[in-house]
Amino acid sequence: MSARIEWRVATLAEFRNETATARTLLLDVPGWPGHLAGQHVDVRLTDADGYSTQRSYSLGAPADGERVELTVQKVPGGEVSEYLTDVYSIGDPIELRGPVGGWFVWHPSRTAPVLLVAGGSGIVPLMAMVRARRQARSRAPFRLIYSVRSPADQYFSSELRRSAVDDSGLDVTTVYTRSAPPGATREPGRIGGADLERYGWPPQFEPTCFVCGPTGFVEKVANTLVGLGHDPRRIRTERFGPTGG
Amino acid sequence: MPPGQYLTEDFPVLSAGPTPNIPLDRWEFVIASEDGREYRWTWDELLELPAEEPTVDIHCVTKWSKLETTWRGVSLDVLMEDVETTADFALAHSYGGYTTNLPLEDLLDGKAWIVYEFEGSELAPQHGGPARLLVPHLYFWKSAKWVRGIQLQEFDELGFWESVGYHDYGDPWREQRYQGD
Amino acid sequence: MTQDYQDGNALAGPLAELFAVDVTAATGRCVSCGDTGRVADLRVYGHELGWVARCPSCDHVMLRLVRSPDAAWLDLQGTLSLRVPLPPS
Ligand SMILES: [Zn+2]
Repeated sequence: MSARIEWRVATLAEFRNETATARTLLLDVPGWPGHLAGQHVDVRLTDADGYSTQRSYSLGAPADGERVELTVQKVPGGEVSEYLTDVYSIGDPIELRGPVGGWFVWHPSRTAPVLLVAGGSGIVPLMAMVRARRQARSRAPFRLIYSVRSPADQYFSSELRRSAVDDSGLDVTTVYTRSAPPGATREPGRIGGADLERYGWPPQFEPTCFVCGPTGFVEKVANTLVGLGHDPRRIRTERFGPTGG
Repeated sequence: MPPGQYLTEDFPVLSAGPTPNIPLDRWEFVIASEDGREYRWTWDELLELPAEEPTVDIHCVTKWSKLETTWRGVSLDVLMEDVETTADFALAHSYGGYTTNLPLEDLLDGKAWIVYEFEGSELAPQHGGPARLLVPHLYFWKSAKWVRGIQLQEFDELGFWESVGYHDYGDPWREQRYQGD
Repeated sequence: MTQDYQDGNALAGPLAELFAVDVTAATGRCVSCGDTGRVADLRVYGHELGWVARCPSCDHVMLRLVRSPDAAWLDLQGTLSLRVPLPPS
């Protein structure tokens, strides 16, 4: 019997620094079968002693042939993320398997309104959905609410600014929790029911809600959405543990 | 060093569940013999027992080893002194529900302790505080964190990891990681 | 209270080695409290020794998975039933 899912060797083709502590990796993966927006991969590192460790990372973009994109946030003390953001260089191999996950995914064939709520690095799989929508020329109405500490912590800044203008039917709102850029109308502060009401969809529109971020953030947003009248069955969540390193 | 292990200076934290919060005034340690008799110690009673300060090497089945770690706690020989038993096996229970099994003889003759200090400080919750079992001659999953008691029995009952593929005994020198090793 | 867990989405890779369908989209019922929820919403601890997935309502262990070099052990004693969505036949 052949394995249903196997470890493949991926090599680093390009990288981009998103913030001072986050790096986007463009990996070439021979034989990559393609994936859906929101799916993730497991990455495995093995050192010379034979010690190996693995982490799961969301794919940040639709597949481009055999090239896939991950964005890795450096977690202090996180051995995998520190390696991938500081040490891992062009041409270096890593082991990767996927795509996996069939729950937190958006199919371009869906036409229902979508609310995306990202906390910090939780933007990555949601960005994959925004990009998949653009690539498929989908007209599904999308609203993205992106919660970050400050402008310096924002991933994909210029692309999101452009998308907000060019992608018709996509609204992008950034909610700053610690410090907002000059001219921002909203005072910095944690995301709350008022933000989800103002920048999201009314529950009567029956949007599919995708919420991704740290555990506390996801619990709070999901509970608030339910409190606003959204059907829990249409809320899909993905949490990052603090040890997501 | 046992085969297949590498050295670490860190003290990795491996978890199978939330870290239990155990108020010391409600903490107790219980040895239950195969005939149902129970021998109990409160936290204060444990601290009053003669303590030892073993310096030992520890070996985790995930391949890290840490050399010359120092602990403070009570030898199981002291705790077992008045316990009448003919049991061959022990199942250690923890706050939070964890269990691990081992032959009773591996807990005796200076081979195991209930420890409450690590490197001169009180044992941190993520490393098993207030108190954990320390059985350094076996892989470290046998050294149950947050230990609350030991059940003595005539038959061997598999613990939390032993029931999903880990070795019944777990001798690092014979590389007994998984069942069948 | 520590939040040293991931959610059940992290089980997608390890379980894909065993099952042809995506189990994270399945709905499980907890033996201990009877609550039902998506496998994707379970609280997943560990993975160094094995994956331990707990009920988000009561912390009871619903699934354990250990991967050795040549085998996988799967324990579902804590799961009363698992409803796996399939495409209409
Ligand atoms: Zn439960």
